Amino acid sequence: MSLVKCTLKELQDRFTRGDVSAVEIVRAYFLRISVVESKVKAYITLNDKETLLSQAEALDHALSAWRKTEPMMAMPIAVKDNICTEGLPTTCGSRILGGFVPPYSATAVDALLAQQYFLIGKTNLDEFGMGSSTEYSAFGASRNPWNLSHVPGGSSGGSAAAVAADECVAALGTDTGGSIRQPAACCGVVGLKPTYGRVSRYGLIAFASSLDQIGPITKDVMDAALMLNVLAGHDARDSTSADKAVPDFTRVFKKKDVKKLKIGVPLEFFAEGLDEEVYDAVGEALAVLEDLGGTMEEVSLPHTGVAVATYYIVATAEASSNLARYDGVKYGFRAKESSDLLEMYRTTRQEGFGQEVKRRIMLGTYALSSGYYDAYYAKAQAVRTLIREDFDRVFQDVDLLVTPVMPTPAFQLGEKIEDPLQMYLSDLYTISASLAGVPAISLPCGFSRKGLPIGMQILGRPFEEDVVLRAARAYELATDWRKKRPRIR
Amino acid sequence: MSIEISQVEYVAELARLQLSREELERLSTQLSRILTYMEELNAVDTAGVPGTTSVVAGDANVLREDEVQSSLSRDQALSNAPEAVDGLFQVPQIISDR
Repeated sequence: MSLVKCTLKELQDRFTRGDVSAVEIVRAYFLRISVVESKVKAYITLNDKETLLSQAEALDHALSAWRKTEPMMAMPIAVKDNICTEGLPTTCGSRILGGFVPPYSATAVDALLAQQYFLIGKTNLDEFGMGSSTEYSAFGASRNPWNLSHVPGGSSGGSAAAVAADECVAALGTDTGGSIRQPAACCGVVGLKPTYGRVSRYGLIAFASSLDQIGPITKDVMDAALMLNVLAGHDARDSTSADKAVPDFTRVFKKKDVKKLKIGVPLEFFAEGLDEEVYDAVGEALAVLEDLGGTMEEVSLPHTGVAVATYYIVATAEASSNLARYDGVKYGFRAKESSDLLEMYRTTRQEGFGQEVKRRIMLGTYALSSGYYDAYYAKAQAVRTLIREDFDRVFQDVDLLVTPVMPTPAFQLGEKIEDPLQMYLSDLYTISASLAGVPAISLPCGFSRKGLPIGMQILGRPFEEDVVLRAARAYELATDWRKKRPRIR
Repeated sequence: MSIEISQVEYVAELARLQLSREELERLSTQLSRILTYMEELNAVDTAGVPGTTSVVAGDANVLREDEVQSSLSRDQALSNAPEAVDGLFQVPQIISDR
């Protein structure tokens, strides 16, 4: 089997056994990139091939004396370009960070680095993570490997496309309202948004701090667990990171069924607006889970209908505050020839931010402004409490929830770009888990008649990623979706 | 919900954005539509419901000893500055010569 088709687990095993060298891994992936990247456009910045090759040579040499490997050693991994990587430009898909080279790495990146992974490159995203298609990137849109005229989803569309197109073995994404899960569904790969607090946000460039989480995008559920093993854990540099024990997330895979698990099917997620093909695919997935021993129960999350409105107030308010730091003084882009400081701020931000980011800054600033704060921001925070309580209530009864990831398969490039509200509404099924902070995974559960992947979402109680992963893995092994791969043309 | 162009201009000033005339007009239309959609929140009864500011497990403050720790060096901190002089960030003149 071609090296680039390996899952992370398969590549780890081959490297650990000494069947493949680090140099061979780097060569294989850069060859693959040279063939498909001009079509897929997954990356904003590729790491330097010669630098990686010399690192790989040194690693192979050291291992020839004493073969002691770490799980992520020599693994070619891509990192979304809103996560800081020391020495390699980090753009957030924005002109405003033009020229910015981080002087430090994110904690999640440091964890991979400590095991001597290979950073293949930085992947494309909607500017600052604000979008569902990568079309809002200042560097142009990435393409869906299954059909190049369709979007790969977003905002982690570059990471999902890179994994689907075999341009890396696994990738880091970030999820604020679905930005890991939705592109994973669009590209037919696995995306895991951990519980808020499970993975340190240190070095993740902030969009909405109460929602942002880093998580893996991988070829299968086993790989997601392997990545989470490395990423999860408490970090003193992120005061919102949780001081919780981190289990070996692959341990639950000893069970190949979902016996004794109660699975809730929230009726609000299967209502009007859901594409028929997606409805059928997720329905069939539920039948598979039932065959695997799960008990099904219809449940209700009554505030689902107002989650989009709640999210777009909370997230834009936090964004307007977080993005105030881009003023042309300390890093990144500065507009030319301003006569005074205030003009420099205004023109730098006007020229540096794209349309969607400006729209969200405006929305958030409005929601926080004097006279409107209570009507919008305070109201949305109260509704967020009710959304959380919906989850608390159903999770007293069921162990997991199963839903679609998005209402339709991936849409066409340009289809929604002129209609921001329609773009926002496509986040309907992923947003609730973000507002509640619960873990959720997206994995393939079928294909549309046009040949585009369809995803299902499994949600669990806070810090019960192991239960989510167990059900996802059992489903994955009982079906063959992961074995179908895109032909890029 | 209708957002007048004058309101858009006021919010742009708060957000330090020098929007073009065309952008002001477009945002007036788009923000009006989005905020109209958000009015559905008014139908939710939130009387007595506290707001969620954080979903962090446990409410305890995170404290640490107030000890000196290493941080970025001055050169590192300035390495990304659009303009720097004498070890400082440089910005357009703020105080007049007179």
